[in-house]
Amino acid sequence: MNQVNRLKGGQIDRSVTHRFKFDGKTFEGHQGDTLASALLANGVRLMGRSFKYHRPRGVLTAGSEEPNALVELRNGARQEPNSRATTIELFDGLLAKSQNRLGPLKYDLLAINDRFSNFLTAGFYYKTFMWPAAFWEKVYEPIIRRAAGLGSLSQLDDPDVYDKGFLHCDLLVIGAGPAGLAAALTAGRSGAEVILADEDFRMGGRLNCESLTLDDQSAPAWADDVVAELKSLPNVRVMHRTTIIGAFDHGIYGAVERISDHLIVPDLGKPRQILWRIYTKRTILATGAIERPIAFENNDRPGIMLASAIRTYANRFAVAANKKIVIFTNNDDGHRTAKDLHAMGVEVCGVIDVRADAPRSLDYEVLHGQVVDTKGRLGLNQVKIRLENGNIRSLDCGALGVSGGWNPNVHLTCHQRGRPTWRDDIAAFVPGVDLPLGMSVAGAASGIMSTTGALQSGTDAACAALSAIGIKSRAITIPQTEDAPVSIQPFWYVKGCRRAWIDLQNDVTVKDIQLSHQEGFRAVEHLKRYTTLGMATDQGKTSNMGGLAIMAELAGTSIPKAGTTIFRPPYTPTAIGVFAGRHRGQDFHPKRLTPSHKWAKEQGAAFVEVGNWMRAQWFPLAGETKWRESVDREVLAVRTSVGVCDVTTLGKIDVQGAEAAEFLNKIYCNGFAKLAVGKCRYGLMLREDGIAKDDGTAARLANDHFVVTTTTANALPVYRHMEFVRQCLFPDMDVQLISTTESWAQYAVAGPNSRALLQKIIDPFTDLSNDAFPFMSCANVTVCGGLRARLFRISFSGELAYELAVPTAYGDALIRKIIAVGAEFNVTPYGTEALGVLRIEKGHAAGNELNGTTTAQNLGMGKLVSKTKDSIGSILSERAALTAPGTLCQVGIKPLNPADPVIAGAHLMNEKGPIDAAHDQGYVTSACFSPNLGHAIAIGFLKDGDLRFGEKMRLVSPLTGIETKIEIVSAHFIDPQGERLRA
Amino acid sequence: MIINHPLLGPRDSAEFIYLGDANLIDRPNWQAPTAAKDFYEYAYLRDNPAGWHDELWFHEAGDRSWLVVTRNTLTHEISNVALARDVARLRGRSK
Amino acid sequence: MRYSGFRVIKEALMGHSGWKPIWRTPDPQAHYDYIIIGGGGHGLATAYYLAKEFKQKRIAVLEKGWIGGGNVGRNTTIIRSNYLLDGNEPFYEFSLKLWEGLEQDFNYNAMVSQRGILNLIHTDAQRDAFIRRGNAMILNGSDAEMLTTAQIKKRYPFLNTHDARFPIKGGLAQRRGGTVRHDAVAWGYARGADSRGVDIIQNCEVTGFRIENGKCLGVETSLGFIGATKVGCAVAGSSGRLMSKANMRLPIESHVLQAFVSEGLKPIMPGVVTFGAGHFYCSQSDKGGLVFGGDIDGYNSYAQRGNLPVVEDVCEGGMAIFPALGRARILRMWGGIMDMSMDGSPIIDKTHIDGLYFNGGWCYGGFKATPASGFCFAHLLTNDAPHPKAAAYRFNRFEKGLMIDEKGMGNQPNLH
Repeated sequence: MNQVNRLKGGQIDRSVTHRFKFDGKTFEGHQGDTLASALLANGVRLMGRSFKYHRPRGVLTAGSEEPNALVELRNGARQEPNSRATTIELFDGLLAKSQNRLGPLKYDLLAINDRFSNFLTAGFYYKTFMWPAAFWEKVYEPIIRRAAGLGSLSQLDDPDVYDKGFLHCDLLVIGAGPAGLAAALTAGRSGAEVILADEDFRMGGRLNCESLTLDDQSAPAWADDVVAELKSLPNVRVMHRTTIIGAFDHGIYGAVERISDHLIVPDLGKPRQILWRIYTKRTILATGAIERPIAFENNDRPGIMLASAIRTYANRFAVAANKKIVIFTNNDDGHRTAKDLHAMGVEVCGVIDVRADAPRSLDYEVLHGQVVDTKGRLGLNQVKIRLENGNIRSLDCGALGVSGGWNPNVHLTCHQRGRPTWRDDIAAFVPGVDLPLGMSVAGAASGIMSTTGALQSGTDAACAALSAIGIKSRAITIPQTEDAPVSIQPFWYVKGCRRAWIDLQNDVTVKDIQLSHQEGFRAVEHLKRYTTLGMATDQGKTSNMGGLAIMAELAGTSIPKAGTTIFRPPYTPTAIGVFAGRHRGQDFHPKRLTPSHKWAKEQGAAFVEVGNWMRAQWFPLAGETKWRESVDREVLAVRTSVGVCDVTTLGKIDVQGAEAAEFLNKIYCNGFAKLAVGKCRYGLMLREDGIAKDDGTAARLANDHFVVTTTTANALPVYRHMEFVRQCLFPDMDVQLISTTESWAQYAVAGPNSRALLQKIIDPFTDLSNDAFPFMSCANVTVCGGLRARLFRISFSGELAYELAVPTAYGDALIRKIIAVGAEFNVTPYGTEALGVLRIEKGHAAGNELNGTTTAQNLGMGKLVSKTKDSIGSILSERAALTAPGTLCQVGIKPLNPADPVIAGAHLMNEKGPIDAAHDQGYVTSACFSPNLGHAIAIGFLKDGDLRFGEKMRLVSPLTGIETKIEIVSAHFIDPQGERLRA
Repeated sequence: MIINHPLLGPRDSAEFIYLGDANLIDRPNWQAPTAAKDFYEYAYLRDNPAGWHDELWFHEAGDRSWLVVTRNTLTHEISNVALARDVARLRGRSK
Repeated sequence: MRYSGFRVIKEALMGHSGWKPIWRTPDPQAHYDYIIIGGGGHGLATAYYLAKEFKQKRIAVLEKGWIGGGNVGRNTTIIRSNYLLDGNEPFYEFSLKLWEGLEQDFNYNAMVSQRGILNLIHTDAQRDAFIRRGNAMILNGSDAEMLTTAQIKKRYPFLNTHDARFPIKGGLAQRRGGTVRHDAVAWGYARGADSRGVDIIQNCEVTGFRIENGKCLGVETSLGFIGATKVGCAVAGSSGRLMSKANMRLPIESHVLQAFVSEGLKPIMPGVVTFGAGHFYCSQSDKGGLVFGGDIDGYNSYAQRGNLPVVEDVCEGGMAIFPALGRARILRMWGGIMDMSMDGSPIIDKTHIDGLYFNGGWCYGGFKATPASGFCFAHLLTNDAPHPKAAAYRFNRFEKGLMIDEKGMGNQPNLH
């Protein structure tokens, strides 16, 4: 039974045979087949199950609007659920499984739902499953969830790669049917930059599916010639397998090109798909039209298809949907299918037309009537017809082609909230006037249904679009071809039916729409949401129109008055992977490395992510097995001898100009005007709302030159803010800013021996003595025999300390040099953990304290905010609640029992009394073990904390099961007088 | 979106960082007797129009200039782009 | 009409002829005691609680389109009360408790599903912040727990714990968090309000307020003037547009937030997961769609649609944490207008105009607040005093310096 339904002709390559498996059974098809056409060729009609009732489903369409024939394609990590058999290009070795079934496809146990369909009407679940309340999560929902969903996702990482790219053009033509080809050819010949995109692997659109001739050529041959000419033009990019998924602002379109989906696995080094952002000046939408079904009793059986799809399978794929076919139509197009089938030798058992004036045929019977029922559990075998005179007739057949007319494919015209408008003459919605910027619509998408009309409108649209952007073009000569008018009698459903499907995937029937109306869900959006009409994977392409028409009829109004639904991107369901591109795994975000990274790696450092930076967290020595051992050692080394830490990641902003000091006065709440050259000062920066934004130091290297540092995390936002202040608030100030964060490698050298160490590095004419270069000094210096450098005597650790900066290119050399010359002091590299311990021991605020809600006062720096000058945030920092008694104040915390833990995130409660939110006194922001003190310490915020030193309290963390007795102390745990750093 | 930078031509909006209403240029006088109220209104209240909106964008991945973009919040159409520094001067700001 | 399983069976056997419209379609009366502008979740909930809990009468809800068509009809359906600050946590916990009894209360199955929410932790500082938050939740009488990476891996085996740029270092979970069938919330409240006599008037756009001598006398609408003793506005993203008709400027900007749903898939995602090192959160609906979102586009907008950069950003976050996601497909993306406030927290307060009340500034977290927002707004409208759980949500908090800033981003709405 090999390809029993294969016909002659078509656009398949019989010389290439592909073997494939569907539900474990092996079949053969040819190059140029889709999975759907190959299955039909092999006589397979049953391809899936519907969502709710698990009714048998076969293929409905021959395109991307397919709601029924969804399969799991491939297996393992490459398994793709819900893949439309109608768009899967056949390849050798293809594996596909049917989905949404319990047991074999033929005997799906969940088909039991169909027996209870009368109870499972639209929205029934809103009315029940409420008692007892706890049963929802425990009983009802698990059952519903198990049954829900269609295909399944593997839990394995997607093994393929995806790329992204940008394209620019004068004209984007979407769709390569007759209108699109005419438009692209017109534009291509004019020399304009053109992109022609079509979702199909074969360009030509409906031309591939018809038995037409254009002049003396067959339609597909004409399309081939045009495509060949377009490909020969250097200014035209022809994109097969490329779906325009969305129309975004300002002429930007999203496009997905499927590079490898037609292969068993992507070729080496090739992506699976590419997401293109296409920037275009003008767009012609030529996406054609989609045939719509008619609803009648049991209209959902495998074998019941759109008439145009049956024609497509015959003409393009050389497949008869079945040996015996009936057509049911309300318009002339249904007859075209019958004619083509007859011409190809397929038996047309009858054409049923609802119109009295239907065209007659000598080749087959044309009946005036309606289909009122069908038979065939797993596939159609008979249709029952009520003739106009009331007589009932039955016709045996295996396929029924249904044509309810054509809906212009307006999808992309709605992406910017445009609403389609109704046209009575073709009984369909056409694009409205509010199209996306630069878009025009041609061919069937605009309601021009004949081939001649499509060609003409395509070339005309191209001329108009190009002329609008100043490119001259000439209309192409339109070949002689079909030019039939639309003849249609609107007909949506057969009256009196009990179960007639509107949305085939979601099992929405005419009755559900009636119920929706009866219960007051009459607005189109209510109808959709209540019944799930149009929410299936085709997003209503095959169902919305029917539902809308029935609702209009029930409401006694016209279709346009009943409303329209609009489409949202993407045009067809789009793989999430392609939107992510290569930004996944380790490449999710770029890694920023410090100049000492290579060296630190050689030392075996543990690294930690700090924003996008990778920083050394600690440097384990041989024999150290726990991180704390390393960190404690590093901390003690700084306090007793000397340590070195890469602080390059701190933001560095150069501020230059005659009014640089005035500018700093604006951005810092404390004063900078009087800072002497050669001096540094701590600066606290507020947001305009008076909350601390960031802190750092500003070093005055010259009268008109400061170097400002920021915290690592805020380097960019602070720079942006400073530019805002400079450009938008004080545009005439003589000041220039530039971020130099990555231009300088900077190391903190900290500890009692830091001066002695640096004397071996800094060229001798710089006097580092405490008198000559006291705490908070800065200078341009040279190191290692002439290399320019910057030296700051600032201290985050509280020790005698310096920060030394050299151009980044010398960063690696400098760290190696420091380590080498520091050997006699046992210089110890330290990482971010030790850095944190050192600063907590000193009570210095950092990111955990500058959390975006703390004021200068909270930080114990309220006096820093100058009232005698204008600075960002000073006015709003004075608001009542920010300065009222009871505000939080930064304090130190130590456990009464030195062995007790103290953790950040714990809350502070009074020594006695309830433990609850109403009695909350504050919280711990940063905690660590202090190797110098031999117990845990922490800093945090406590209500009126500055008045509560010595108070005993409870530190509670119910989340982690901790309750510890603690004492509130000054946050300056080590050297509160600051003698060490001034030494 | 595409922002037509007055100096650098059309640029993808992804190169920019958005701040908000261009009235943020009109920072009040800190010494005015009504400064507290003025700064509250400046910092917190917005016209938030459904329609044309002058707004501040920073060309972070570009020349680091602040721009005032006149954009329609209903359609996203952009009708004008100016350097914020020029706008600020026109609105009387100096140093 | 009371809904029940019995009723469903009975109607099925009787040909479904007994089902009635779940709300009436009344013509507006000349005057109401209360007019609620906005037939979204918050407005309908307000009307429901006004009638049911506060026994008020002569109430109308005016909706410019169809009810439930705003953010309650286009959100990612998450409920939770995992807030940090004292101004917020009691309110959201109150809301979560209302969710827990909602379906029985309004006799409509909104599929409140407490599947749990998990916030992933990727840095030590994040852990510190989440411990503080989890403690604040527990101290406020809510539930929270810290999970280890191993515990997370067990429940979510597909999460990236092997090749992550920002490794998972644990997570803060709230078991009582979860999801709700969002449309059903609007319908359930509408049905409950309607059955208590509330007039729900659709396709009735408010075009202005009639304000005389500092008092609001009613509203001008597309259906004519409608008088009211008290007018409450609950129009979320349209707040700026509406309140400008009363010459009010608000501490609010309107921004677009995009959200996404995948094709229907067999169950894979048991609860709600949020990524802590990028913009991505995800849950799976009872129908099988993965519902996910990320950050707002970041520019003022009333357009209900966004752009590609944010779509890509969200999917990058998704792939970073959930690398099997690549082969699922986005079925639909949409945008809603968010009323982004200046501190990320809402406002439920009287305005300076007598008889005019405001509810807004929900940012992109308004859905979970629906029951408490309605309850507290109804309380305010009835008593002219704020409900204790919403006492912090005042207009004047910015002038006083009482911001409720969970994220610490200050007066820049697009950062909240």
